[in-house]
Amino acid sequence: MGKQDTEHTGNAGERLYNGIIKENPTLVLMLGMCPTLAVTTSAVNGLGMGLTTMVVLALSNAIISLLRNIIPDKVRIPAFIVIIASFVTVAEMVLQAYLPFLYQALGIYIPLIVVNCIILGRAESYASKNPVIPSLFDGIGMGLGFSAALTMIGAVREILGAGEVFGIHFMPAAYVPFSIFVLAPGAFFVLAVLTAIQNKVKINGEKKGRDMSRIQSGCNSDCASCGDGGCARRFYGGSEKEIAPGKNGGAQHTEGEVK
Amino acid sequence: MSDLMKVSSNPHIRSRATTGSIMGAVVLALLPATFFGVYHFGLRVLTLILVTVASAVLTEYIYELLMKKKITVNDLSATVTGLLLALNLPPAAPLWIGVVGGVFAILVVKMLFGGLGQNFMNPALGARCFLMISFASIMTNFECDACSGVTPLAALKAGESVNVMDMIIGNTGGTIGETSMIAIVAGACILILLDVIDLRIPGSYIVSFVVFIVLFGGRGFDSAYISAQLAGGGLMLGAFFMATDYVTRPITKRGQYVFGIFLGILTGIFRLFGPGAEGVSYAIIIGNLLVPLIEKVTLPKAFGKGGERA
Repeated sequence: MGKQDTEHTGNAGERLYNGIIKENPTLVLMLGMCPTLAVTTSAVNGLGMGLTTMVVLALSNAIISLLRNIIPDKVRIPAFIVIIASFVTVAEMVLQAYLPFLYQALGIYIPLIVVNCIILGRAESYASKNPVIPSLFDGIGMGLGFSAALTMIGAVREILGAGEVFGIHFMPAAYVPFSIFVLAPGAFFVLAVLTAIQNKVKINGEKKGRDMSRIQSGCNSDCASCGDGGCARRFYGGSEKEIAPGKNGGAQHTEGEVK
Repeated sequence: MSDLMKVSSNPHIRSRATTGSIMGAVVLALLPATFFGVYHFGLRVLTLILVTVASAVLTEYIYELLMKKKITVNDLSATVTGLLLALNLPPAAPLWIGVVGGVFAILVVKMLFGGLGQNFMNPALGARCFLMISFASIMTNFECDACSGVTPLAALKAGESVNVMDMIIGNTGGTIGETSMIAIVAGACILILLDVIDLRIPGSYIVSFVVFIVLFGGRGFDSAYISAQLAGGGLMLGAFFMATDYVTRPITKRGQYVFGIFLGILTGIFRLFGPGAEGVSYAIIIGNLLVPLIEKVTLPKAFGKGGERA
């Protein structure tokens, strides 16, 4: 854990942009897949889950950043979890008191925010190395990015699976909803298509010569859990050509062994 | 320079068979079942079949046009997918079901994974299961002019008696192409005679299914019950035409037996202990997912490798 990571420091606006677009936790970093797939059966559920996570993320980032010089390195994970769990408990009780319908709809996934790897990931890779204000905005930015992605997934699933969005029915009466989209497989379909669109935008940007290398940060982010997918995708185009001669070389090699 | 010996990579022995000729043979073999379906359920069914095939072929064409890929609709694989999907639809299904299914089969199950040879799951069955989950009430409505709404398998599951002779001829309710065992087996014979498929997968599938039914069906060796289970539902169509799909079956010979036995057991479990009467399509797509694993454990030893050292 280096004390300062120069690449990651930035002002509040840069942090928000980073969280929503550049390192969108759902569509780019592929973090927090469990709530992403499980609760996005409707736009309202997605938005509720996203905003709850955002509040927890922003507050826990701020507190962890405040305590970053006090928490010993060896016990930092348990310490982070205690802080995160406290905020999740608060958020759960607030939801239960003021938004009971959302509390009912999200169910077990509210307490599970504790183990959402976006929160621990940001604590580990950003908040524990940076001052309070950027950390707070990093949490808000990541939370907004998460909310935006979840709301989008929820809206698409609700439109296709139930013919309505935010509970407002607008499809013509003859439309027969694809109920698979409000079931589990639909979440995978929608997430895959949105991620593909995001990748396409990035690849097009690279073709036009803009530097997009930091947008998909799956490779150089500190979070070990998300490295592989990002790298594989980023280098996919180039590696195909590079693999081909390697294969030939391998074949010759085995021939030599046989002789 | 011209007398340099030309060395190319293998394969050195070439066959006349192309993807197009094999797929053409499959279409030919499916025609008896198709004609019987049209004869049995009426001309409306023909429209549904044509719409489904057309949407599958058009999806492939348009996708390849937009993605600037080589147009491969001439290899007839999309036609086979569309036809198989249509034969798996209930006769009363509206035309848009065929369109949605055709687009899903080709676009999502086949093209997004890289086109022919890259799809991990049989496109027709993937689309059928997509439709089954999405539009359960339409996909399980087997009412038609010539039959009652209950498929023989559902009646069998409910403990009613069924006319096995009707089931073998195909005079029953069901999806468009699955009712007539005779027509399907006739088509399968064409494929076997043309050497397009062999009996490894269908044989091990059907035999293991029968063994499972005898052991766990609760009726012992009751030949009427067993033949009803064999003739009913999509077992024949699935065993001969869908489990044998070149792309999604194991390539190793031992793997094909394992695959067939696995499908037989799975179909038996779904039919006997599942909530529905039928389970062939789910059994086959679950089997498709296990193919890479089956191939890995049944890989034959290369010549000269392994064995005892002298």
